[in-house]
Amino acid sequence: MRETFTKGMARNIYYGGGVFFFLVLIGLTVDTVNRLPATDNRENLTEQVAEGKRLWEVNNCIGCHTLLGEGAYFAPELANVYTRFGESTEAIKAFIKFRPVDGIEGRRSMPQFNLSDEELEHLAQFLKYVDGIKTARDWPPNVQG
Amino acid sequence: MKYESQGIAKLYFIAAIALFVGQILFGVTMGLQYVMGDFLFPEIPFNVARMVHTNLLIVWLLFGFMGSAYFLVPEEAERELYSPMLAKVMFWIFLAAGALTILGYLLVPYARLAELTMNDLLPTMGREFLEQPTITKIGIVIVALAFIFNIGMTILQGRKTVINLVLLTGLVGLAVFFLFSFYNPDNLVLDKYFWWFVVHLWVEGVWELIMASLLAYVLIKVTGVDREVIEKWLYIIIAMALISGLIGTGHHFFWIGAPDYWQWLGSIFSALEPIPFFMMTLFAFNVVNQRRRDHPNKAAVLWALGTAVMAFLGAGVWGFLHTLAPVNFYTHGTQITAAHGHMAFYGAYVMVVLTMISYSMPLMRGQKAANETAQKIEIKSFWTMTLSMVAITLLLTGAGIMQVYLQRYSSDPLPFMVVQDKLATFYWLREVAGLAFLSGLFMYIYSFFAKGKEVEDVE
Repeated sequence: MRETFTKGMARNIYYGGGVFFFLVLIGLTVDTVNRLPATDNRENLTEQVAEGKRLWEVNNCIGCHTLLGEGAYFAPELANVYTRFGESTEAIKAFIKFRPVDGIEGRRSMPQFNLSDEELEHLAQFLKYVDGIKTARDWPPNVQG
Repeated sequence: MKYESQGIAKLYFIAAIALFVGQILFGVTMGLQYVMGDFLFPEIPFNVARMVHTNLLIVWLLFGFMGSAYFLVPEEAERELYSPMLAKVMFWIFLAAGALTILGYLLVPYARLAELTMNDLLPTMGREFLEQPTITKIGIVIVALAFIFNIGMTILQGRKTVINLVLLTGLVGLAVFFLFSFYNPDNLVLDKYFWWFVVHLWVEGVWELIMASLLAYVLIKVTGVDREVIEKWLYIIIAMALISGLIGTGHHFFWIGAPDYWQWLGSIFSALEPIPFFMMTLFAFNVVNQRRRDHPNKAAVLWALGTAVMAFLGAGVWGFLHTLAPVNFYTHGTQITAAHGHMAFYGAYVMVVLTMISYSMPLMRGQKAANETAQKIEIKSFWTMTLSMVAITLLLTGAGIMQVYLQRYSSDPLPFMVVQDKLATFYWLREVAGLAFLSGLFMYIYSFFAKGKEVEDVE
């Protein structure tokens, strides 16, 4: 690099730029958190939904599925599964409940998690709540996720 | 090796390489599960294999970063490590915690592991990459703090160079942003938003500081180019990394329920994220071309150039491919993401750790550089692993483009599993490339044991 551009200038860009954009990120984060009530479907975040989220986590569902596009790419997107399954929590519960213990020969299969009826209800309510989050451009692009 | 305590790095590097092997073994297992869905089912379902694959990666890279710091910092600070004992104790604690966690994933159902580790007291498990039991997370924080204390005290009482200060900043950032892993609100949008404060601000933020400082250190050593020149490059590279990467976090906020303005901010700033990686490539080639000596460790020079190029391709180019919001609308959460993730992690972080190992391991074994035969094998392993990773990336990109078209873009979108069946050819070829990568890794390990003619010292 040219001699007119000194190490001191490079250092100042690093410190100045780093601190400035970090503060901008904090500012935008405050603004985002303030705006979230309009989109994040918190009015439907019930005790059941919170329980469902815990079940979602402790069964590591994200290890195969995506949720709002984040997770593993081995199994279908679930942020819109409520819509895909005809807005039926019963259909979601039945699907999870009747997974074969030993899988399906030669094919990918969801494990049998042995959830109780109450737990199935919580999980289904969680997925219903996620479906209600207002994402930009109503992502995912279509019902297939 | 100028200081005895630098030798502690060897322990860390051996553990890193061993865990790397584990990571790849689970990688090829998952690759097979993509096309033979019932492989190892229900003993090791895909989600468990994936958790082991990604967590081993994170843990071995952390071992690699810590080992690199233990080697680099005493030399830069011109004094022995503040406490070699603490470094050794923390090594065994971290290894034990890591091994127990992985065994936990493999031996008991994940929900049972959550119960056993009392996840209910402070639920943090079950989020991508942050699957570790809360107790493990606390362990990681303790190890990180002890490590930073040790490194920090060494630097504080010794010579402060740009390289060791930037490295320290990166490591402190790594520890600080990890604290967001303890925040797990019931509100999914908030959860996802702050989850990225760990994941993005690690790999597209502070880890870039770590990577750039390690690369700068090795380049000073192998080229003999003036420190002033290298430090100027280092500052400007990490400046661009932060300027683009901090607001670039926004490219993860497009579709998770965050405000629409993130589509503009995330697109614009993340479009700048390739710049620091491009500069790293310019930097590495420039400095090697201006070298004042020919270092006998040819393999280390190759790794240093390789990491700059592959980080630019994987993180820079493959990141840019799908970072603009109108494109990401269709590609988000498809095999395109997987393609980018593989090459970016390999190019930037795997390769920079292997660069440090390549440079420092011979020194810790009392040589200037590995013998000629060993270097030849190491260089072969470089090309085998790197070209395999290029193949994996291209194949996943092919799969991703088809997936996007069939599942998201065509007028008659097909269901996820129907599309997956149509991608089988890509996945089979990816598995072959994965096995080739594994063979490259074995070759790499063999290079440490190969006997041959000692290198001539040309200095």
